[in-house]
Amino acid sequence: MLIPHPLLGLRDAAEFTYLGDAALIERPEGDIENAQDVFHNYLFLRDNPAGEHRELWFHEQGDRSWLVVTRNTVTHEIIKAELARDVAIQKGRST
Amino acid sequence: MHYSGFRVIKEALTGHKGWGPAWRDVAPQKDYDYVIIGGGGHGLAAAYYLAREFGGKRIAVVEKGWLGGGNVGRNTTIVRSNYLLDGNAPFYEFSLKLWEGLEKELNYNAMVSQRGILNLVHTDAQRDAARRRGNAMILNGSDAELLDTEGVRKLYPFLNYDNARFPIKGGLLHRRGGTVRHDAVAWGYARAADRLGVDIIQNCEVTGFKIEAGKVLGVETTRGYIGAGKVASSVAGSSSRVMAMAGMRVPIESHVLQAFVSEALKPTIPGVITYGAGHFYCSQSDKGGLVFGGDIDGYNSYASRGNLPVVEDVIESGVSLIPAIGRVRLLRSWGGIMDMSMDGSPFIDKTHIEGLYFNGGWCYGGFKATPAAGWCLAHLLAKDTPHETATAYRLDRFRTGHAVDEKGQGAQPNLH
Ligand SMILES: Cc1cc2nc3c(=O)[nH]c(=O)nc-3n(C[C@H](O)[C@H](O)[C@H](O)COP(=O)(O)OP(=O)(O)OC[C@H]3O[C@@H](n4cnc5c(N)ncnc54)[C@H](O)[C@@H]3O)c2cc1C
Repeated sequence: MLIPHPLLGLRDAAEFTYLGDAALIERPEGDIENAQDVFHNYLFLRDNPAGEHRELWFHEQGDRSWLVVTRNTVTHEIIKAELARDVAIQKGRST
Repeated sequence: MHYSGFRVIKEALTGHKGWGPAWRDVAPQKDYDYVIIGGGGHGLAAAYYLAREFGGKRIAVVEKGWLGGGNVGRNTTIVRSNYLLDGNAPFYEFSLKLWEGLEKELNYNAMVSQRGILNLVHTDAQRDAARRRGNAMILNGSDAELLDTEGVRKLYPFLNYDNARFPIKGGLLHRRGGTVRHDAVAWGYARAADRLGVDIIQNCEVTGFKIEAGKVLGVETTRGYIGAGKVASSVAGSSSRVMAMAGMRVPIESHVLQAFVSEALKPTIPGVITYGAGHFYCSQSDKGGLVFGGDIDGYNSYASRGNLPVVEDVIESGVSLIPAIGRVRLLRSWGGIMDMSMDGSPFIDKTHIEGLYFNGGWCYGGFKATPAAGWCLAHLLAKDTPHETATAYRLDRFRTGHAVDEKGQGAQPNLH
């Protein structure tokens, strides 16, 4: 698989390590009322679709940036790659 | 028909005209007491033990493809009882004991071969860890022997002992571990279950559940609706998809694991060996091919095929351990989709929906579990309480803080 890195162009997926479901960006606040439930679901119940999946990849052997990659889990086709930083800012999270 | 040596001779002398199909090809009935989704090793074993041990009647196994087409026919066939944690060890020991009596029990040659598994160690720390694991295994009723370098050399003289970075310092030998002909396990359980009246329905994909007032009433399939008293999902890599049809999210990611087989060689590797410095495990099939594998590819996948970086990694590890295989040609490689759980351990549990049961999260190690997983799922279906060796495999264990994390990796499925 080749990942279209937004800054570096096409890079071999072997340069990256994989974390999983991009929803991991959206870490819940620790002081909310039902925190235990929310954290359980955040950490353990991730998306696992057959089809398009948004996921976090870390460019460990490259510029060490985190990417959000949209990829089809049935065909391994990569549809889009964004800097996770940009995604987090769009979601109103601090950088 | 009972299989025996006498039968083989008789058939050989009479033109092999007497062999019938090993199980009936049936169309689904309107309803059953028990519907098991997934005709892999686990689903078939569960149906067999349900009928045989727990007096279950009117049982169906529904399989979307053909028997043996899933992971049960794709794995590297290793069976072992060398687990460390209390939640796991009694279960896998139970499973190995069932393997030991399986062929007689099923009247089927599954080529159970207790040829021994040797886990190599390359550092003092690994040796300490192996000693600890070995002691835990012995305490739990399994067997283990710690070998030094010379002990390993006697068994496997051709390994790369003097690798500057990863010299072989010994190994943990588990003599009762070994290999089993994987698809014969599916066929053997299918035939034995069929003889007890279980309906095995192939080419029948479950496409939905009928659930009313929190109770499951049956399943929608590509061959029509099938009513059911109880339904169990045992679909390995498809667990998230099937449970999603019941509105559930399960703590599982689907990943692809590849396996490889070489051209046939003369007998070279007598047992199963695993490398301690890279991820590589290898045995030799009775046809002569080296059967080996390594890491999962590491990203969510439903593709049933992997990518080249892992092929390179596995083969590099193999050649660094056994330089002689550098000249062997690879015959085939393939992939299977595994249900990687958040702690690397499985689930055999009821769900919050009445009558709906779940067996899954077997990661890359569910083949060895086949007999016990089948037995424990059958126990749960029949009695509504977990079998004594499978009490740790609860769906809510992350919520209650009872993860069973054999490798200590945390909630990172691709590292288990
Ligand atoms: C390459 C590889 C190597 C492995 N090596 C080992 C090993 O050495 N030792 C070991 O212990 N384990 C190993 N494993 C793991 C082991 O094979 C699995 O954990 C185990 O086989 C899973 O249980 P099963 O046999 O029931 O699964 P499967 O055979 O996959 O059965 C599940 C079945 O469910 C069916 N299904 C799915 N969705 C539906 C639906 N909607 N309706 C109806 N049916 C459906 C599928 O078609 C499939 O036949 C390996 C796995 C792979 C892929």
